[in-house]
Amino acid sequence: MDVFTQLTLNGLTLGSVYALIALGYSLVYGILKLLNFAHGDVFMVGSFIGFGALQALGGSTDPVLPLWLLLIVITLAAMVGCAVLGVAIERFAYRPLRNAPRIAPLISALGVSFFLAYSVQLMFGAQQRDYDAFSLDEGALFFRGFDVGNVRIPLLRIVIILSAFVLMVLLWLLVTRTRIGKAMRATSYDREAAAMMGVDIDRVIVFAFVLGSALAGAAGVMFALRAPTSATIGFIAGLKGFTAAVIGGIGSIPGAMAGGLILGFAEAYTQGYLSTRWSDLYVFVILILFMLFRPQGLLGSADIKKV
Amino acid sequence: MTEPHKAEQPRRDGGLGRDLNARLQGIDPLGWALTLTIAVLAFLYPFYVEFLQDVPLIGDFIPGVGSMVVMLVFTVMAVGLNIVVGYAGLLDLGYVAFYAAGAYMAAWLASQQFEQWHFHLGSVGISKELSGLHLSIWIVVVLAGVFTTAVGILIGLPTLRLRGDYLAIVTLGFGEIIPQFVRNGDNVFGFDLTHGTFGISPIDSPGFGKTLSDATNELLPLSYQQSFDRARWFFWTAVVLLLITVFCSVRLRDSRLGRAWIAIREDETAAAAMGIPLMRTKTWAYAIGAFFGGVAGAFYASFKAGAFPADFYFNISVFLLCMVILGGLGSVWGVIVGGMVLGYLNVEGLATIGTKLQQDAGLNFEPSKYQFGIYGLIIVVMMLFRPTGLISERRHKREIEEGVQDESLYGTSK
Repeated sequence: MDVFTQLTLNGLTLGSVYALIALGYSLVYGILKLLNFAHGDVFMVGSFIGFGALQALGGSTDPVLPLWLLLIVITLAAMVGCAVLGVAIERFAYRPLRNAPRIAPLISALGVSFFLAYSVQLMFGAQQRDYDAFSLDEGALFFRGFDVGNVRIPLLRIVIILSAFVLMVLLWLLVTRTRIGKAMRATSYDREAAAMMGVDIDRVIVFAFVLGSALAGAAGVMFALRAPTSATIGFIAGLKGFTAAVIGGIGSIPGAMAGGLILGFAEAYTQGYLSTRWSDLYVFVILILFMLFRPQGLLGSADIKKV
Repeated sequence: MTEPHKAEQPRRDGGLGRDLNARLQGIDPLGWALTLTIAVLAFLYPFYVEFLQDVPLIGDFIPGVGSMVVMLVFTVMAVGLNIVVGYAGLLDLGYVAFYAAGAYMAAWLASQQFEQWHFHLGSVGISKELSGLHLSIWIVVVLAGVFTTAVGILIGLPTLRLRGDYLAIVTLGFGEIIPQFVRNGDNVFGFDLTHGTFGISPIDSPGFGKTLSDATNELLPLSYQQSFDRARWFFWTAVVLLLITVFCSVRLRDSRLGRAWIAIREDETAAAAMGIPLMRTKTWAYAIGAFFGGVAGAFYASFKAGAFPADFYFNISVFLLCMVILGGLGSVWGVIVGGMVLGYLNVEGLATIGTKLQQDAGLNFEPSKYQFGIYGLIIVVMMLFRPTGLISERRHKREIEEGVQDESLYGTSK
């Protein structure tokens, strides 16, 4: 039972991060029908911005801010940085290819992904970067927490799960309750009709990139608080985020959340009960099975075009 | 076409005479002369490479014969990938899977990996007592091609019905699964299939065998591995391999199948309406592309005398894609140029430039460490500023410039 609780906790933490990445894929895909391959690398850049911000604020051993404020500041820094990066990518790598055949922006996205990963490697080296969250406040994030049965739930995990949840609720409110959210939904539903109704499509597209990239930045910080980051984590993280988006139904916001959690649980339980050796393989197998048998995902609408 | 009542119908194009004329016009003497010259120059490369390397300034940048083999193998794969991406317009991000499958076919059929068996068929330069499967590399190369074609059909049939961007992801998934499987395949239900991260080596070498070797007074080596001119023989074989690939690729492009691929690339809906069977045609593109990946993989494994999982990672797929994009989607000559240029940069060019920078400019910068970033940049820059590649294919250029009916990404005006 303790093992199960522990694994569920792992799954929930992993799943929250995956869900945040998946949301970025879904937001962009919903509006542009573009697979933003570079999204995983935006996530990676987010984790590096968070690292830079942490160092600028005195590092984890001697931070100038109290713990709570520190976490909020570095997350916000990563979110803002990634949002700017996302807009830049859209502006320079995708927008010029608007009227090109579909394959062109896909290839361009792939190129951006590699360019980002290796630029970061060029600037900051190939070695891993550790936030050293353990030193923050004498290990408060790891030692303090709640007990469920015999399992201690460390503060760090609660922070990650809660903040991911809060971000998702905020996103949900934004999309369903605001004017720009309405414009996004309209664009996603029928771009041309939305344009005719006076929706500024360019603005909606940029906004989708801002939102998606900011969420990826937050996810990057959450990921890096627990495990060291490096310039090449973007690929696998991006693929997992994408898988989560596909599971839930790409283009659907609740779908991305559900998909992220499902993937997180699947990964945690298979690692715990089967073996860690093939753990990345499970992700691909799930992805391919979904692609083949339910390409519209669990919550998506069946608009996969078959000619 | 073969039905009699159709053959009797009068042909509107003026019959056979016109047809023959058109055929003769299709042969471009200048093009043939150029092709022949390049082929001859390529074959003679081992004889003049040393002179070139002595030339001041550029001499250090001339690749040796051994490096040329690797460049040629990559170019063969790029030309193969071009069939899938360039002709049929299917974005395949898992081409490395076929490369790996081909290499491991060679590793299984021409090494001591399966010690429990003992089988020799045309093996050269090794003792007949050696355990394991030892088929002649020539047979293995063909078998590897057939095997990867089968794999291509198996992967293609369920996935090719998905739309383009989903296809990219699924192929990417397969491209990642197969190397992972290879890395972890040293214990498949207790059976050592791939020897895990250590890879399988040694793999037998190709050769002409004792009969041919004796008959030509050892002009043709019994086994490449034991020949003094090992690299040269691999080089010549690689050139032949590339020529065959290019020939097949060009002939395929102009065939009924090839025209169907291009039709699908330009407008899938219209192609289907014209009676082109989409699934079958796409699967053929995928399978034939896979064939060349398998052949190249098996040959490369034999050249390296080993198959190592570290050689097969996702980046290779992108690297190959970059060759196709740089050269020109759908343009065979362009892809050859792209393949040779990037292959050169990958094998030794970037390292040479790095050394030069360090020696002459005192810069401590190793471009080879960032090669995939450089390829990524090349891809983006090409897509933005010259999407048809260095040597554009005429038809593809028109598609890009005039636009096609293919649904564009997010253009609001069409």
